[in-house]
Amino acid sequence: MSDKKGKPVPLANEGLPPGERGLFCDAPPREYAPAAKIVEDFWNWARSQSLWILGFGTGCGAIELRPLMTSRYDMYRFGIQPRPTPRQSSVFVIGGYASVKTLKRIVRSYEQMMGPKFVVALGSCTINGGMYWDSYNTIKRIDQYIPVDVYIAGCMPRPEALLAGFQELKRIIRAGKAEGQNLYARDFERYKANQKRVIKDWNMPDYNW
Amino acid sequence: MSRPKTPYVAPEERAVPDLDSGKYLVMWQGPNHPGITGNMSLRLVIEGDSVVDCETHVGYLHRGFEKLMERRLWMQNFPLVCRIAVPEPDFNEYCYAAALEELAGIEVPDKAVWLRTLSLEMIRLASFLMWIGGQAGAFGHGTIAQWSVTMRDYVLDLFEELSGGRIYHMYIIPGGVRADVPPGFLRHVLETMTVVEQNLKDIELVMFHNAVMKMRAVGLGYIPPDWVDRYGITGPNARAAGFKRDLRKDRGYLAYPRLSFEPVVGAESDAFERARLRLAEMFQGIDLIRQIVDFLPSEGPFRERLPNPLHWKIPAGETYVAAECTRGEYGFYVVSDGGDKPRRVAVRGPSYTHAVSVMERLVRGVNIADVAGLMVSLHTYPPEIER
Amino acid sequence: MRELADMLSGRYGAREWHDQRKDLSSVTVDASKLRDVLTWLRDEAGYAHLAFATAVDEIERKVFRLTYTVHNYGTAHGILVHCEIDRDRPVMESIHRLWGQAWTYQREMREWYGIDFPGSPRVDEEFVLEGWEGPPMMRRDFDSLAYSDATYAERPGRETRDPAAYMKEKLYPEADA
Repeated sequence: MSDKKGKPVPLANEGLPPGERGLFCDAPPREYAPAAKIVEDFWNWARSQSLWILGFGTGCGAIELRPLMTSRYDMYRFGIQPRPTPRQSSVFVIGGYASVKTLKRIVRSYEQMMGPKFVVALGSCTINGGMYWDSYNTIKRIDQYIPVDVYIAGCMPRPEALLAGFQELKRIIRAGKAEGQNLYARDFERYKANQKRVIKDWNMPDYNW
Repeated sequence: MSRPKTPYVAPEERAVPDLDSGKYLVMWQGPNHPGITGNMSLRLVIEGDSVVDCETHVGYLHRGFEKLMERRLWMQNFPLVCRIAVPEPDFNEYCYAAALEELAGIEVPDKAVWLRTLSLEMIRLASFLMWIGGQAGAFGHGTIAQWSVTMRDYVLDLFEELSGGRIYHMYIIPGGVRADVPPGFLRHVLETMTVVEQNLKDIELVMFHNAVMKMRAVGLGYIPPDWVDRYGITGPNARAAGFKRDLRKDRGYLAYPRLSFEPVVGAESDAFERARLRLAEMFQGIDLIRQIVDFLPSEGPFRERLPNPLHWKIPAGETYVAAECTRGEYGFYVVSDGGDKPRRVAVRGPSYTHAVSVMERLVRGVNIADVAGLMVSLHTYPPEIER
Repeated sequence: MRELADMLSGRYGAREWHDQRKDLSSVTVDASKLRDVLTWLRDEAGYAHLAFATAVDEIERKVFRLTYTVHNYGTAHGILVHCEIDRDRPVMESIHRLWGQAWTYQREMREWYGIDFPGSPRVDEEFVLEGWEGPPMMRRDFDSLAYSDATYAERPGRETRDPAAYMKEKLYPEADA
């Protein structure tokens, strides 16, 4: 990550108690500056071949990840494997509807992931609310709060659909079009404002890298 | 590995650890944790390696089903109910359908009764297969999860053939079932059962005669028999403590009175015993499915004609319908005020007690590496706690 | 069952005994006697299993109707014990000493309906919601759709129709209103 725009304004970390503010990062995320084309192409190829997904089952879509991990569908043969911690993973699979309480954890986990990072959202409920369109506790569009690279429609999407979605993600990464992380850095204020509008007790740092 | 003569039982009153003393560490397990079943979190206070205090935090999957159901017509609720508990949606469908039929006074044809029983038993097997993979995984046996989840997939293939859906079947509708058996389906069921049974025998050999499994699971999470009524424990967790309680026998709903089976009862009431008991129930389930295939009537209607769902008003009344799911008593409490929408639908999930009150007390004194294994051995499932 | 109904009405003034099925009955008692009734049912009559407890918002009559379901495994019979409390001052006696899981149900009712159970453990903590600022959401006068529309951004292009009208138009065009 290189710093193109000079020193950014430090974040206020307003959700935290004053004594703890200094303990957390106050630098907003920065956009990724690509290297020379041939080098970047190689890197993108390498990135697309090892997708490590975060093992955070955020909704009912998580139940189809289990067959995907095991021998019948076996996503390991595509270079995809689950990781237990956000620090080691590059793909965040949003498994369906996100309640407000989960959204807070999603935002936090997403920010903790190292770049380059990608988001795959499953199910119609992440796209437009789906079956829970009138629920008081589930958000309707996940891309208001974190950027999404690939949507996989369905309720639930089948394991084959998931595999196809991952192949699509690979194609996007290889083409250098997986811009979610940069989008988040570019529109950081908008995303933060959206998140804070929904999550009422914001007691987390503004950005926890 | 032998069991201790007097197993450790945590006191009812919670200890109040002095968190500022520097002796304790507060640690959150979940929601982002591969060992936690589903999406919930435990706030553990640990001293060294053992847990001193535990608080459960649920609600990450709260979608407000009970509110949404009050906003929808009786029939519109039907695709909603199966989404309450993801690994075994059919119990939701059955309880909801049975409650509606009872309130509206609808008789279900005999063939539908058998098909419902078949569907419930198949999903019971699938859910147990999912569970045994999780239980083995929590104790470090990844291979068993590879086998059993694949076996579960074969059972889901049967569901796909029967209803068109892999996870959500929406098969048991009020008034009967949605479709008849397709040609050749029963043969596929029997073939799959043979495969699954063979595989379960392998799993039994690998898992239950395994030194690591024995050392870790024997004596872990002992539930004293007097907790069963005290905490409302049901299902295999209660049967492993020596209680012969099975709603399939006690209530005798659907075709269960016409099937021959005896509830499996254990005695030792620890994680190993519960796992062994669930394995025995899986073999029993395979046997039940074979019986059902034998008895299934080939002729006859499979659903009752229902009134126009737009104008379907159900007479005022209330009822509570419970069924024995893999984890215990699964119930729907439905109140109608005579209108075209429910007045109130309340869901009673067995995990409600198992994962909150029982878990909080059981986990005290347990080694931190065993918390995930203990949680899986209670077979909890968070979405039915918070709905 | 008859003698149990008589016993309950004689001892505790229980009324409206109703046999819903052969294995399920319902009965209504006064809210002040509820804990005694449940204690008696648990200790003397064999109804030792509390299946669940919940509330129904009877907004027209301005009451909350509380339902406690107890089950007797010996006779395979369950009872729905009802009691009613004032909707404007919803306070109810806690039964967390009787059953070890009752406090969770009370915590749920506290959050979902705003019914207070003084003395119940962790009753004022958030249960499934976090940072909720609206009214208790399971009350009948809370409109879930209006809250959802006002709070969560919608993807443009979604058409929302009245489900009943749309079903009628597509599936049952011949049905008359």
